[in-house]
Amino acid sequence: MPAASAPSRSYWAIVWRQLRRDPMALAAASVLLIIVAAAVFAPWLAPADPYKASMIKRLLPIGSAGFLLGTDELGRDLLSRLMYGGRLSLLMGVVPVLAAFGIGTAIGLFAGYVGGKLNMIIMRVLDVFYAFPSVLLAVAISGALGPGMSNSLIALTLVFVPQVVRVAESVTTQVRQLDYIEAARMSGASAFSIIRVHVLGNVLGPVFVYATGLLSVSMILASGLSFLGLGVKPPEPEWGLMLNTLRSAIYSNPWVAALPGLLIFVTSIAFNLLADSVRSAMDIRR
Amino acid sequence: MTTPLVSVTDLSVQFHGSRIASALNQVSFALGQGEVLGLLGESGSGKSVTLRTLLRLHPARSTRIQGQILVDGQDVLALKGRALDLYRGGTVSMVFQEPGLAFDPVYTIGRQIAEAIRAHEAIDARSAASRALQMLEMVQIPQARRRFDAYPHELSGGMRQRAMIALALACKPKLLLADEPTTALDATVQIQILLLLRELQRETGMSVIFVTHDIGAAVEVADRIAVMYAGRIVEQRPVDRIVHTPCHPYTEGLLAATVGPEHRGRPLRAVPGAPPDLAALPPGCSFAPRCSYVSEQCRRERPPLAVADGQALACWHPVRGLAEAA
Amino acid sequence: MNTTSPSSPAAEHGGRPQPLLVVRDLKKHFPVRDSGFGGPRKFVHAVDGVNFSVPKGKTLGIVGESGCGKSTTARLVARLMAADAGSLVFDGEGVEEFRGLRLKDFRRKLQMVFQDSFASLNPRLTIAETVAYGPRVHGTPAAEAMRQAHRLLDRVGLEAANFANRYPHELSGGQRQRVNIARALAYDPQLVILDEAVAALDKSVQAQVLNLLQELKAERGLTYLFISHDLHVVHYLSDYVMVMYLGQVIETGPVERIYGHTAHPYTRALLSAVPSMDPAQRTEASPLAGDPPNPINPPSGCRFRDRCPHAQPVCADKTPALAVIRGDAEHFAACHLNDPASGHPAALKESIA
Repeated sequence: MPAASAPSRSYWAIVWRQLRRDPMALAAASVLLIIVAAAVFAPWLAPADPYKASMIKRLLPIGSAGFLLGTDELGRDLLSRLMYGGRLSLLMGVVPVLAAFGIGTAIGLFAGYVGGKLNMIIMRVLDVFYAFPSVLLAVAISGALGPGMSNSLIALTLVFVPQVVRVAESVTTQVRQLDYIEAARMSGASAFSIIRVHVLGNVLGPVFVYATGLLSVSMILASGLSFLGLGVKPPEPEWGLMLNTLRSAIYSNPWVAALPGLLIFVTSIAFNLLADSVRSAMDIRR
Repeated sequence: MTTPLVSVTDLSVQFHGSRIASALNQVSFALGQGEVLGLLGESGSGKSVTLRTLLRLHPARSTRIQGQILVDGQDVLALKGRALDLYRGGTVSMVFQEPGLAFDPVYTIGRQIAEAIRAHEAIDARSAASRALQMLEMVQIPQARRRFDAYPHELSGGMRQRAMIALALACKPKLLLADEPTTALDATVQIQILLLLRELQRETGMSVIFVTHDIGAAVEVADRIAVMYAGRIVEQRPVDRIVHTPCHPYTEGLLAATVGPEHRGRPLRAVPGAPPDLAALPPGCSFAPRCSYVSEQCRRERPPLAVADGQALACWHPVRGLAEAA
Repeated sequence: MNTTSPSSPAAEHGGRPQPLLVVRDLKKHFPVRDSGFGGPRKFVHAVDGVNFSVPKGKTLGIVGESGCGKSTTARLVARLMAADAGSLVFDGEGVEEFRGLRLKDFRRKLQMVFQDSFASLNPRLTIAETVAYGPRVHGTPAAEAMRQAHRLLDRVGLEAANFANRYPHELSGGQRQRVNIARALAYDPQLVILDEAVAALDKSVQAQVLNLLQELKAERGLTYLFISHDLHVVHYLSDYVMVMYLGQVIETGPVERIYGHTAHPYTRALLSAVPSMDPAQRTEASPLAGDPPNPINPPSGCRFRDRCPHAQPVCADKTPALAVIRGDAEHFAACHLNDPASGHPAALKESIA
């Protein structure tokens, strides 16, 4: 128990300071920043037109003149395609998670705070979704909705909602039993006020951390859907789709073929490491 | 006087985490055969750390230990491997505050005690089981034979605490460490366990270190009391003297702050403030910021532990000197 | 009896102080999950027909061991939990029919301080925000609520300038409990329920908090319901004491009667189970054997009989009622020993003694 009289910062300022001191968080964040910047500024940064094919320049190796990372099976500049591809891949990673975070937290908070039979019904219904492996579920929903980017976004959101609800519900149930919620109930405050002031803040943290972890899963699933032809359609550049089309080059030019996969891998690892650091930074008690 | 069973010399323990906490600072004490020492202190005083260090329970990676611990002639801090295993439970064993935590919920009480015996002695399963049953009878568990086959959750809190004492004593340790063994119990059960401990100690002649925050519990069982504050022993004297003529201002404050029937109707003499942060101990006496007898010297210089006639006191301005109080 | 209470001038009626809280026949049974299929459903009789009243400006101490129902009683009174039966009258009004705004207003008048000082503070709010939350719920403007929170923190001994913006994990246990007290006071309550509020504190800090509670009671004319397992602390703080055993009241009365003229064997046992502070007079024999029994299947008749040194067959047949002891209209105990007509062989002698 510190007896010193240092003036306290706000909660998020403390978390921020912790994060800045964590080398792992800094490394992961820098990697993500580079990848995101490359994707966002692709039109200005990309050395070539990602759609311009050339039959004579197919599958050039890494380091070829004019094609820093080589070319794909249609002779398009791979570096440019990877940069443009990042836009869709990151979008497909972030949007479903954000949507599921919003929807799932709301349902989970409600179910957890209300408790009792209603909670049980909500949770058992969601368990049905939860029972399927997420890949299978994503493929099934996408397949039912038909291929296309917006449909895969919806499919992925539906895959993540039950998972987020589960975390939000269990944290809410824990928090609800704490004495400070009892104390807040004794204030005569409305359930809405109690949820907003006392429950939400304490539930958001763990759910946020969980959702950050889902970013990498979402990216991989989105890539998987594109790989299977259920997501983004060619010739749009997208990492999963690129991995699929470059498959044929795996024997002739393995390094080029592996590049989209490597990017998916690095990005998801960076998301995961960042999520981990955020989790420990948010636990300010220690 | 023969060599004491336990002798702790200048024991310091630091925990290295995000900050360095000095949990124990040059603690020295000795304990004779068959003696009961009460370690009295509040949270963060280092009383539990002392016990855990005696059993070497702290993770080696984040703990720095200095000083010397001799128990029954063994250098405890140098023990390794099998010797350490035999020391734990064989020479020294411990009773914890939460009896639920000492037992594995999936095995019966009797089986766990029998296994503890077999881990230390080369005896067959049947004699180990009959020894375990004797232990349960020794700690006065009614219907011991039935309780032998009970799972931990089937026993009440008091019964579990008795069973844990049986487990701790199963290998006839020379030293029993009791870490707040009655704190989690109800009043009518607490007194039963205190009386049991006192009786078992008399029967077996073992030595006991009894850690508590409750002066009453310490008075019931201890021969001597060592009062700890911020990782140091500040006063160590026979129990009747420490209760009737406390020398250290902290001991005096603790006694005055313990509510009794005589206090009704007037304000309590509370010790102001809160215990210090172990990661930022003041340079002088740790109690100086809360002490009503404080002087400039107390803030500057740490009072040494003056030992005289089996008593010890660390204070520049004691309420009364050891000599007057004797 | 001095009941000067700034918040409720209505208390000045003269004569005996009128009760602020009257509880009648309060009951709460929790269903126990049965082990198999079928079979009768079991209940824990957590609170089983409890009656008491707390006079304005006084402190009622409730003591008992784990499972006696003292904390459940507190939660029922605070309406954190719905009672199965019984009535609560607060300041002359029945509480059951309170809904909506009336309930909200009742909440303000009755506050609670919990044992676990850490769990009872929201870790994401600064302590000033925590204290200001209640008044804001009741319509005080934010700035005014904050000013008031600072004043209260100052009053409970935490200089607001230094502490107001700290988070609960930055405080010691004693400081956190002061915050909890300030939070309760922010509503300007009439009754404060202290549920083991000092039990988790170190002795030296406990004394500070006890002093603070006494000062605040005098200053603000508060009424306390003080729940504790520590008989010394109850003796120190209470005007009246109620002893509970297995969901029932077994003895109740003014503090000096309970501690001086104990009428129930269980109360006597509790008192003699307190460790001695004098090494020359150590406790030699334990007053009771065994643990408090499981409240799922309480014994028939007197619930204390299977641990009672005076138990007789009559104790199993007849349930002793709370009866007036030695003509003192405020002292009640539920034991056949005190009733010459009970048929208990030792009853008459005890009664004369």
